Amino acid sequence: MSVADGTAPVSAPVAPGVSDRRRGITGYLLLAPASLWLGLFFVIPLVSLVGTALYDPSGSLETGYAMTGYVGNYTAVLQDYSQQFLRSLGYAGLATIACMVLGYPLAYAIAFKAGRWRNLMLVAVIAPFFTSFLIRTLSWQLILADQGWVVDVLQSLHLMGSDGRLLATPLAVITGLTYNFLPFMVLPLYASLEKIDPRLHEAGADLYAAPFTTFRKVTLPLSLPGLVAGTLLTFIPAAGDYINAELLGNTRTQMVGNVIQNLFDGGSYPEAAALSVTLMSVIVVMVLVYIWRAGTEELV
Amino acid sequence: MTRIGRWVSEHLVLGIGLLVLLYMFVPIFIVVLMSFNDPLSRVGYRFDGFTLDNWLHPCEPNGMCDAVLLSVQIGVLATIGATLLGTLMAFGLVRHRFRGRGVANVFTFLPMASPEIVMGSSLLALFVSAGFAGVLGFWTILIAHVMFCLSFVVVTVKARLTGLDPRLEQAAMDLYANEWQTFWRVTFPLVFPGILSAALLSFSLSFDDFIITNLNSGQEVTFPMYVWGAAQRGIPAQINVVGSVMFLLALVLVVAGELGSRRRRSRALA
Repeated sequence: MSVADGTAPVSAPVAPGVSDRRRGITGYLLLAPASLWLGLFFVIPLVSLVGTALYDPSGSLETGYAMTGYVGNYTAVLQDYSQQFLRSLGYAGLATIACMVLGYPLAYAIAFKAGRWRNLMLVAVIAPFFTSFLIRTLSWQLILADQGWVVDVLQSLHLMGSDGRLLATPLAVITGLTYNFLPFMVLPLYASLEKIDPRLHEAGADLYAAPFTTFRKVTLPLSLPGLVAGTLLTFIPAAGDYINAELLGNTRTQMVGNVIQNLFDGGSYPEAAALSVTLMSVIVVMVLVYIWRAGTEELV
Repeated sequence: MTRIGRWVSEHLVLGIGLLVLLYMFVPIFIVVLMSFNDPLSRVGYRFDGFTLDNWLHPCEPNGMCDAVLLSVQIGVLATIGATLLGTLMAFGLVRHRFRGRGVANVFTFLPMASPEIVMGSSLLALFVSAGFAGVLGFWTILIAHVMFCLSFVVVTVKARLTGLDPRLEQAAMDLYANEWQTFWRVTFPLVFPGILSAALLSFSLSFDDFIITNLNSGQEVTFPMYVWGAAQRGIPAQINVVGSVMFLLALVLVVAGELGSRRRRSRALA
């Protein structure tokens, strides 16, 4: 640890306090265009989705739907697709845990051990993700393929039976989800680890705490905001994703995203909407819990 | 503890971190490798032979280059729109007081926390119920892309703006610069790197999007949609060429940005 050589962090410039902020109409004018856009194309669609979910399911795109306030759509999709719904939450949960296990050491290494290579390592975290999401996932399809060398090696070491597969298994889907959403865990974690004064580690050591005790009692609690933000940003897109399940899984690994997409393709808008609303409700609850704990200023 | 043991424990975390980083590059390595593949069969799961053909004739697969072109067009327009609206919003959020800040923060965050399938399907449901089912295409894709890029711009620019030392602007005012001059000569140049990285992020988000685009595209085929279609039939090696080029371009831009800011910093110190 290098505090003795005088690299203690310089305190960041103080942001303009609330008292410095100007009142008046300009603020509203600056916000208006973006708010209008988000209102028209994000909020209103979400609200109207709740309405679509209440249409009479016997209609079609051509004949139109009758608004009958039919709550049955919700109970029907929950009955029919509860398995896919729970599977999505399960896969996304496992992928999030895997992201924590992989992402925490990486974020920690960048924040405290990388030294002058810090920026380079940060770039390296983001760089692979400039290649398209689909191309990356197809690349995993190649890596895990039955004829691929990973399966070959595992089979020749007898770690896997001769008819064993990696592709088209739940493991492959979770691997893909973990890979694709890892940066969403690493970056918020790094942001909150980076704020920790390294002198706190020194203090822990001075007080005869073992390195692991210092980590458990000092570093981990201070990085909790980043861990929670990372969990949200990993879990939510993973739960709604269907690309990994489609390209790396099989029909028994379908997630809720696959079902919604298929229902839309089949023109069953009310059921698709009901399932989307259910998924969104779970997420809004998670975000609300987060806001309740962390406040709204930490959000963006 | 022995000396070796101490060295290991000192560098263990860094070692694990580097391994994780290596893991993140494995698929990219495969993409670059497969861009030089000369497949024996249509579905090449193995590297069968080295060829430069894919790089020399990138537009050979039917319709691929049109799809890339469409994605670039939409990406550029969506970036301009989202960067403009998002930067204004970030200035408003950081520099002005008004009622409903909390609400504004929540609604900026929510699009980032919504699954794409929900955003895409709700937008489609709205377009359809508004009678736009027939005109789904370029404009509906663009509307959707500006929408989901906006929040990321706000977050990026806001972070830069919050870290700005207010004393720099106070100094400009003390030196008799009016508000307009202060903004264009001091504030804007300082925030510009944030705006630039927000634009880069927007472009890559837009260029990459599949789920929302797929729902709202009508007959148009963007590059991710082309890849999706190709994945069902067998992937032409040229797709890996596009993947490699995107990776290299992004790398060049990021490294150039880093070198540029380093030079500015050293000039400022000199």
